[in-house]
Amino acid sequence: MAAEKKSVGIIINPIAGLGGRVGLKGSDGADTVERALALGGKPESPLRAGKAIEQLLEIKDKIEVYTYGGPMGEEKLRELGFEVNVVGQPAAEKTTAADTIAAAKKLRDAGVDLIVFAGGDGTARNVCEAVGLEVPVIGIPAGVKIHSAVYAINPRNAGLAAKEYLEGKIQTLNESEVMDIDEELFREGRVSAKLYGYMNVPASGSRIQNMKSGGGSEEGDLAGMAGHIVVNMEPDTIYIIGPGSTTRSIMEDLGLPNTLLGVDVVKDKKLIASDVTEPQLWEMIKDPERKVKIIVTVIGGQGNIFGRGNQQISPRIIRRVGKENIIVAATASKLIALNYQPLLVDTGDAELDEELSGFIEVVVAFGQTSVYSVSS
Amino acid sequence: MADIKSVQLRDFHALRWEEPVIMEMDVPGERGVLVPAAEEAVEKEVGDGVSVLGKLKRKKAPAIPEIAQSRLIRHYTRITAENLGSDNSLKISDGTCTTKYNPKVQEHLAAQHPGCTEVHPLQPVETMQGVLEVFYGMEEILKAISGLDKFSFQPGGGAHAVNSNASVIRAYHKSRGDHKRTEIITSIHTHPSNAATPSLNGFKVITLIPKENGLPSIDEFKAALSERTAAFFFTNPEDTGIYNTQIKEYTDAAHAAGALCSYDQANGNAVMGIARAREAGFDLCHFNLHKTFSAPHGGFGPGCGAQGVRDFLAPFLPKPTVEFDGSKYYFDYDRPQSIGKVRSFYGNFQAVLKAWMWCRTLGPDGLKEASVIAVLNNQYLVKQIMENVPGVSLPWDRGQRRMEQTRFSFMKLKEETGCGIEDVNNRIVDYGVPEIWESHHPLTVEEPFTPEPCESYSKEDLDYYAKVLMTVAQECYDDPEMIKGAPYKASKHQSLNAFAEEYEDIATTWRQYKKKFKK
Repeated sequence: MAAEKKSVGIIINPIAGLGGRVGLKGSDGADTVERALALGGKPESPLRAGKAIEQLLEIKDKIEVYTYGGPMGEEKLRELGFEVNVVGQPAAEKTTAADTIAAAKKLRDAGVDLIVFAGGDGTARNVCEAVGLEVPVIGIPAGVKIHSAVYAINPRNAGLAAKEYLEGKIQTLNESEVMDIDEELFREGRVSAKLYGYMNVPASGSRIQNMKSGGGSEEGDLAGMAGHIVVNMEPDTIYIIGPGSTTRSIMEDLGLPNTLLGVDVVKDKKLIASDVTEPQLWEMIKDPERKVKIIVTVIGGQGNIFGRGNQQISPRIIRRVGKENIIVAATASKLIALNYQPLLVDTGDAELDEELSGFIEVVVAFGQTSVYSVSS
Repeated sequence: MADIKSVQLRDFHALRWEEPVIMEMDVPGERGVLVPAAEEAVEKEVGDGVSVLGKLKRKKAPAIPEIAQSRLIRHYTRITAENLGSDNSLKISDGTCTTKYNPKVQEHLAAQHPGCTEVHPLQPVETMQGVLEVFYGMEEILKAISGLDKFSFQPGGGAHAVNSNASVIRAYHKSRGDHKRTEIITSIHTHPSNAATPSLNGFKVITLIPKENGLPSIDEFKAALSERTAAFFFTNPEDTGIYNTQIKEYTDAAHAAGALCSYDQANGNAVMGIARAREAGFDLCHFNLHKTFSAPHGGFGPGCGAQGVRDFLAPFLPKPTVEFDGSKYYFDYDRPQSIGKVRSFYGNFQAVLKAWMWCRTLGPDGLKEASVIAVLNNQYLVKQIMENVPGVSLPWDRGQRRMEQTRFSFMKLKEETGCGIEDVNNRIVDYGVPEIWESHHPLTVEEPFTPEPCESYSKEDLDYYAKVLMTVAQECYDDPEMIKGAPYKASKHQSLNAFAEEYEDIATTWRQYKKKFKK
């Protein structure tokens, strides 16, 4: 029965990675693509995608494969010997971001269990815009810019993770960050990655971690961390809840709706404002008599606690609240994944960054914290 | 160094019996032992022996399987033979556990000598002076090894001893009226019981994350210290095998902040006769007699976590303690500040006896030599593995040697072949080698594994072990699909990892199993 078969959707961004070898930073935008081709850039994305997709050959009779037309998947899959269902065609010979978005939406509508896409951070943003958390995804790293946690460490591992997920060997999904260079800052001459959203990624890397824990799993730590913060919440105090899936678990513990990429405000365990702007926030807390605390998490793999995706919590707000009223929440695994790098603050106010530097206590699980270095 | 390429691996095949769970072997009416009728005099005193129980008598018979003796013996003999244990395989795989050889003379004495088997904990002390002499003698030995002043043998295992130390710390601060000390500090590479048991004692736990050298940062440690710090719980060398040479700086800083220092020496195999808890600045420690001191393992059963403290903490130790008045040994129950009993009677005497025999056999020089050989063995194995096993890496490698065990990583193997440590473990048993201990939670390196080749193993054993590892890793490159189907010659095929399953899908007792799956 067809319904019993797992199905996978494949998207290849055929121009991803084009700019890398010829010294262009990324391939976003039609002009860049033209220049890259003119400079002798060769499309490496299909090759890298192939290395991932090969891993699925062994189970090809047990799965349904959906993809997009021509260079966006169909060609590579047929070359490898897959039977494919093509859900649509790119609008023109030279594919664009709009094609990636359209492809992801059509694959979602086809009801696929998993989308595997090859590209870079730009591609991840497009897929995220199209399907968000609706369909699990695995990224095949093929682009120049890879800041997003949705990508496997190499194409082969992306394929293996997809295979194991489709076979049911991996059942846990991790909400992973979609990051890209912040173009506004980039134009100002500052290179920094920005958080654009989250997608669900099969937990291939942490699978073993979950297995070995026996009661100390990542999920357990996250729930415990949230519980710890909630039971220690003080009355008549405004809690500014920063963005991210870690802080969302606190809102879930409170039974409150949450803005994943925005700042919410809680008082006496009730939601008093959602997705606030900086001025709105300032209005709520400027009264110096008011007790206020900030709860933020750490951006996975990067270490930022201020200045990435939570700019609403501006320097004047952080100063008003004070370092002693900042609660940082992140599981131990998240701290370990920083690879020994300190936590980072980049509020845009050098003096404040300096004040926040040093050490900060991080809530890692119920009744458990860590003390970790902070640097600007 | 031997060229392990020339080491010949032997053919191996495990027994496989597919034995049912003992509860499934129940045949109503079958009996293993026919209990003799009570003697007339006894019957006269207590009647049928049951009606005197009155309300205490249970209404339903316990759900104990009814099995004939022959079937019972067959069952347990078969599942014992299916095991890969320290008497039939290279238990080098069981890193952090120090599974050394258990000398059989110790086992025989403990299991067969009437002075051990026929003694009752409530008989008059005058009639068990030998037993108390063993407790007292072993305490003297551990005092010399640790430099601490007083020991208790009540805890039945390592985590139990850490818990008991956490209780002593709590009692100590409380006795001084210092109620602010509600936090303890530990590190991720210290055994998790050092976080868990203080937590059980009501402390908040601050866990330090390792840095590039695999060790916690002294600066973060100092930043974590405050007037709220009750104690610092630490292992050295940590699980990684890396020795923290700065340890005195940590304990000095902790003492300066008014905190105590507790040393997890469950595995003390690297430092006997070489480095002591006292000189490193520790106020408390514990040794697992079933690790370093050669008694067999057995999860809170036959083990013993000997708990030691400095003199100012001695009043808080569990009671009774074993004392000697110059002519006879006795139990001292008059200890008003004691945290009380932590186990029935006096702890596991048999574990203490075996450890005492072992120490008396080796003597001080022999104990030191055991540690030296254990460390040398490990450094030899590290070299063999790093030079011969493909896909291995040594995390936090900054040139320093590992002590008695080593945390390696098969991340490269996983990236290049798709096979990681779980796959290696599925295959390694086909060579008669037990699966390798990976790591405590949370993982700090991917695809970790931690062998510990203690002094019980010869150079030939180490070469053989490295050769098996080399062969399996090479197979991952040559035939990963074969590896994914392994094991082929073991007593069980890819047993379910219960930790990885949803709680709804597993049962940890027969009663749970019947409830969940036999509706």
